[in-house]
Amino acid sequence: MTESMAGVPRSTQRRHELNESRVARLERMMEIRLVEDRIQDLFAQGLVSGTTHTSQGQEAVAVGLAAATRATDFVCCTYRGHGHALALGMTPDVVLGEVLGRQIGCMGGLGGSMHLSDPDVGLLPTFAIVGAGIPVAVGAALQFATRRSDGVALSLFGDGATNIGAFHEGLNMAAVWNLPVVFVCENNLYGEYSPLETTTAVSDIATRATSYAMAADVVDGQDVEAVQAAVTRAVERARGGGGPTLVEAKTYRYVGHSRSDKAPYRKEGELDEWLARDPIELFAQKLLASGELSASALDEMRRHQSHLIDEAQEQVLASPTGTIAQMFDNVFAPTPS
Amino acid sequence: MRLRMNQAISLAISEEMARDENVIVFGEDVAVAEGPFKTSEGLLTTFGPDRVRDTPISETAFLGAAVGAAMTGLRPVAEIMFIEFVGVAFDQMVTEAALMHYMSGGRYDVPMVMRASVGSGLGFGCQHSQTLERWMLGTPGLKLAVASGARSAYGLTKAAIRDNNPVVILEPRALYGQRENVEPGEESIIALGTAQTPRAGSDVTIVALGQTVNVALEAADTAPWSAEVIDLLSLMPWDRATVIDSVRRTGHLVLVEENQRTGGWGTEIASVVGSACFSDLRAPIHRITAPDVPVPYGPDLEKRFLPSADYVREQVGALLTTKTTPSPWWEEFV
Repeated sequence: MTESMAGVPRSTQRRHELNESRVARLERMMEIRLVEDRIQDLFAQGLVSGTTHTSQGQEAVAVGLAAATRATDFVCCTYRGHGHALALGMTPDVVLGEVLGRQIGCMGGLGGSMHLSDPDVGLLPTFAIVGAGIPVAVGAALQFATRRSDGVALSLFGDGATNIGAFHEGLNMAAVWNLPVVFVCENNLYGEYSPLETTTAVSDIATRATSYAMAADVVDGQDVEAVQAAVTRAVERARGGGGPTLVEAKTYRYVGHSRSDKAPYRKEGELDEWLARDPIELFAQKLLASGELSASALDEMRRHQSHLIDEAQEQVLASPTGTIAQMFDNVFAPTPS
Repeated sequence: MRLRMNQAISLAISEEMARDENVIVFGEDVAVAEGPFKTSEGLLTTFGPDRVRDTPISETAFLGAAVGAAMTGLRPVAEIMFIEFVGVAFDQMVTEAALMHYMSGGRYDVPMVMRASVGSGLGFGCQHSQTLERWMLGTPGLKLAVASGARSAYGLTKAAIRDNNPVVILEPRALYGQRENVEPGEESIIALGTAQTPRAGSDVTIVALGQTVNVALEAADTAPWSAEVIDLLSLMPWDRATVIDSVRRTGHLVLVEENQRTGGWGTEIASVVGSACFSDLRAPIHRITAPDVPVPYGPDLEKRFLPSADYVREQVGALLTTKTTPSPWWEEFV
């Protein structure tokens, strides 16, 4: 930790780390994978109630986006949000704590897996209603525009959200008002259990930007640096007054929609094809090839990350669950009279 | 000064925009046209196009934008032209705006106002004449108030803009053109959650809201009994103390509601007062409401739909005389 980082929230520090180093970005993708694997284990062990939506296979989108933005930008994510929250800077103990309903969680355990937020890195509360965060991101961008700030708002959503009205209304209004917002669609080919082609009239979500005279980009969502480059182009356009962009990242989730979904609807061989292009492996190979990382350092990184998550889990399990009195907190914001 | 309700609303917003540069206004035709009901008169000219914007006909987009702008530091005032239009964007009010403070462990506030015109009386037919306050009642995180004229519209609008929570202000459309004396200034702000008592009395407490306040006052002014008329003003939270105190003195409670009977706002008031004042009540609590039908279009029928002063006087008289609840006028039709 540098001197200037003293007193800076841990999540903000982690965001800066990501912005500074390629190795840190690989490490963060690894962390996301391990945290989400752990969440699934904890569910399997019956330690958590309810449901969860994990994103194994999509880590490059989260990390690429986080690396292309600032902690002072605002980001609206979805209920499949552990990866985004971690990428933006939230620490594994805070994520796991919320998933396990503990006080160490970002909502003190009152929100659960679908409700993560952290103002220190611009993470607005993750939206558990499909598409709901899209117009909210437009509003955050309106705030930047009204104040003539060079901030950018980002909205992350899946392909399924592009069939809901909020998407079309939000994109249109953002274009009409030329707002500094970047819409990032994680097209993982399935809206809940339904294949894209059975629910969506276009195969490239990015083509929908044409209806709103908006810039668009299609990017390989398994390539963290391609995602980072595409989001950087869009963010620069937005900061420079060039208005909104729709970025489509082609990606895939290795797991079902939610905990109970075993994804029997997948096409034969499809999962294997995507596993062969795993975003973490692809980036690790790139760093090995460039000599930035040695094979032994990579092994050590895996061990270390796994160890950190063991530690985080211990901390979380030692944290108490929310008190009854906490149920009554934060229903209304105080207003000075 | 003597103002129409729409002028009082424009004035309240204008004063708050001058006071706080974070206050912005948007909605359908609120900027160039100054609002379909002229409730944003002069705002675009005074504050310019960055702060006063016409939106597309996209309620989800602009209510959602209000949520996002509010969470990130502005104080948006969004106008829903007719309350029914919120139906297409309801998620943004009851599931997003209302829950964001809670969902962030108290770290984000949502200081936004949603204004909407409501109510019957102008011949707009069944899809443009409802009050629909019950759709939003009982939503933790959402405040809800209803104006009853120029004075209260001014006071509630200013309080709502300064509140750090999402606030819905409903404005009875039929009252936009009516004039009242409004004294601009801090003294005229009406704290959310406080009722007012425009008429003191001793025989019966009549609680009214929005458009029915004038109806209740007119009924009371020419009645042989002495009614205390309470203008409830806020539904979430509502002023239990004022209502309960009045009922303890009068021993009678009548609620006059523009909404249809089933699930109307008065049910909650009746339930609370029935329990709190059981031993003080000398007759059953009586709700005077509209029937459980859509708002009819034809002028005579629409007039019948909303409780009239004569009807309220008749019903209250019967309650006080017989100590039993009189039947509603529509009983023979259902």
